Amino acid sequence: MKSENDIGRVSVKNGRYKIKGKFHIIEPNTPIFDDNGKLCGITNPRDMTYIHSYGGEAIFFESLSKGKLMASRCDNPKCDSKDSIFMPFRIYCPDCLRKNTVIDITDIAKKTAMIHSFIITERSGAFNTLKKPIKFINVEFEDVCTIFMGYLSVGEPKIGMRVVPIFQTKKPTYTIMDISWVPVGTSESELPDNFTF
Amino acid sequence: MIKFSDKQLKIPKMARPVYLATSGMSRFGRAFPTLRTEELCIEALTEAADFIKMTPAELKRYIHTAYYGHFADHFGDQLLGEAVIHDRLGLDPLGTIGVKTGGATGGSTIWEAIKAVASGYSDCALAMGWERMDEVPTDEGNHLISCAADKDWETPLGHIYTGYYAVMAQRYWQIFGKAEDSFRKIMAEIAVKNRGYARMNPHAHGGMKITVEDVINSPVVAYPLRALDCCLMSVGAACGVVCDEKTAYELTDNPLRIWIGAGSHTLRVADRRDMKIPLLPNEEPGLYDDLGKRFPGGDRYPGFSSFLAARIASYYVYNMTGVVDPCEDLDVIELHDAFTISDIQSYEDVGLRPYGEGRDYIESGDAYHTNPKTGKPGRLPSNLCGGLIGCMHAVGATGLMQIAEIGYHIWNRWADIHGDEKKWKKFGREKPKDWTDLQVKGAKRGLTISHAGVGSHVTATILMHPNHLLKED
Repeated sequence: MKSENDIGRVSVKNGRYKIKGKFHIIEPNTPIFDDNGKLCGITNPRDMTYIHSYGGEAIFFESLSKGKLMASRCDNPKCDSKDSIFMPFRIYCPDCLRKNTVIDITDIAKKTAMIHSFIITERSGAFNTLKKPIKFINVEFEDVCTIFMGYLSVGEPKIGMRVVPIFQTKKPTYTIMDISWVPVGTSESELPDNFTF
Repeated sequence: MIKFSDKQLKIPKMARPVYLATSGMSRFGRAFPTLRTEELCIEALTEAADFIKMTPAELKRYIHTAYYGHFADHFGDQLLGEAVIHDRLGLDPLGTIGVKTGGATGGSTIWEAIKAVASGYSDCALAMGWERMDEVPTDEGNHLISCAADKDWETPLGHIYTGYYAVMAQRYWQIFGKAEDSFRKIMAEIAVKNRGYARMNPHAHGGMKITVEDVINSPVVAYPLRALDCCLMSVGAACGVVCDEKTAYELTDNPLRIWIGAGSHTLRVADRRDMKIPLLPNEEPGLYDDLGKRFPGGDRYPGFSSFLAARIASYYVYNMTGVVDPCEDLDVIELHDAFTISDIQSYEDVGLRPYGEGRDYIESGDAYHTNPKTGKPGRLPSNLCGGLIGCMHAVGATGLMQIAEIGYHIWNRWADIHGDEKKWKKFGREKPKDWTDLQVKGAKRGLTISHAGVGSHVTATILMHPNHLLKED
């Protein structure tokens, strides 16, 4: 792990990225030898930090840190998909390509969220920070035309199970990890660290 | 889109017939510490030249443009890897382009080559695909694969693509498989079949003599999927050479006609909206009116249980070629068996069975080279090379390997390619004592499905012997 001072950090000033800290670490290459001691390859260490814009989805990720689930809705009266509510949030309607209206569906989620599908896995890739086994769930909401993917933090998932959102408001990461789900009826004391209803 | 206009549903037309003149592939393996990618690509092209009794240099003289499929640049830490291979194959200064559509990369690559020939731009085009998945440790490989999901909405969740895929399997398993032991057994039978066939294939690296119990007792990856339900992670290369009629007959006496259709759907399964099921030529209106009644929860289409991209690709290519009922009109197929359960899902998407009834394709014995119930030839054998589960999934090469395999059956040369003792030795593999010729006797028409991830891209390719077309051009 890098020290606190070395972590790569970015801010925006006058429309430009300003970077501070270490964005890559240089390590020497090392040779790869075969069973007979003959050279057959080389390691190429790469440790990099990317800089990524959320663009029009920034409001979604920022709202999670405030305990709110924001979706978007097509309000174009001329579009076949008018009134469609999208979660995952879509900046533009996929049919008319007009900018969607941002709406707060936190209450809809609390009242109607239900598990559409799920999977439990002990496997993960490098950089995973979720506790294993990971309980992936897909969540459907009333009046929303798409199905949100997330993870269950308490209990065992079942298709049709009612769940409510919880938010990492105390120490937000500003990523999709800031929203998780628990079964209806879960108490505050059962929530993972840094999460609130 | 959830509604399609007539213009979008127009059946694709090729301005002139296109032929597959030859195909080739390298050995496949989990890792090749002593081979560079170009060595595998040259192995594949050399095999394609050998197949039509030419030297690579002679074959290369016909090639006018080259299309390269290589999905994951970041695995090899090499951008423009296509330019490296193009140079090493000695094809500069011909026009070339790279193609990337996840697991469908191989199919998409030959889609581009076919269009180049069909349009008249080129008379002969090379489609070559490869993948190098052995240059990072497995957990980092899992992370890199998960980057093919949405980087903000999915990848941070475990950095494991299987998780995003397996939720579809779970829904199909519970709604259409009814979570029954008998359905679990059918999934396992696919793994037994494909790994068993792979034992007869010297190119394959996942051949195993296993039982249904072995599959059911293998470690859980993401319930209901177990280790032996899942495809391989592979390194290797495959290619095909497509031509106009005149050039094809200059290269060989026996070229095959080739057509291809392509479809797509959202990268995130989450974004899939409910829609009417598009029907294939063998399906009547009203067929699915009671689907939700027969399979409670199964009325949302494509939902988590079907692949719209595969259905649309099939719709295009069946109508291009005159295929009405694939089980009647085709002789052999290669499907994208990334997982046993997704294999079953695709039986329905491509019309081998109606939605909800995919399991019957295995239960009936139709999918086997020799029907285990009757001892007679299977009605429409699938994945006789071993598929992705038993042969390989070197992503950029997979769709091209499948096309080569179907070609070998129609060319009636399956035994030459898979039975050659010298090849088994060259690849460092032991030919099984019970090696069996899996040639589908009299095969004249076949289909391949090349499929990306959760179904973002799919191509459907049909090969036919030119004397056995289903409709006139």
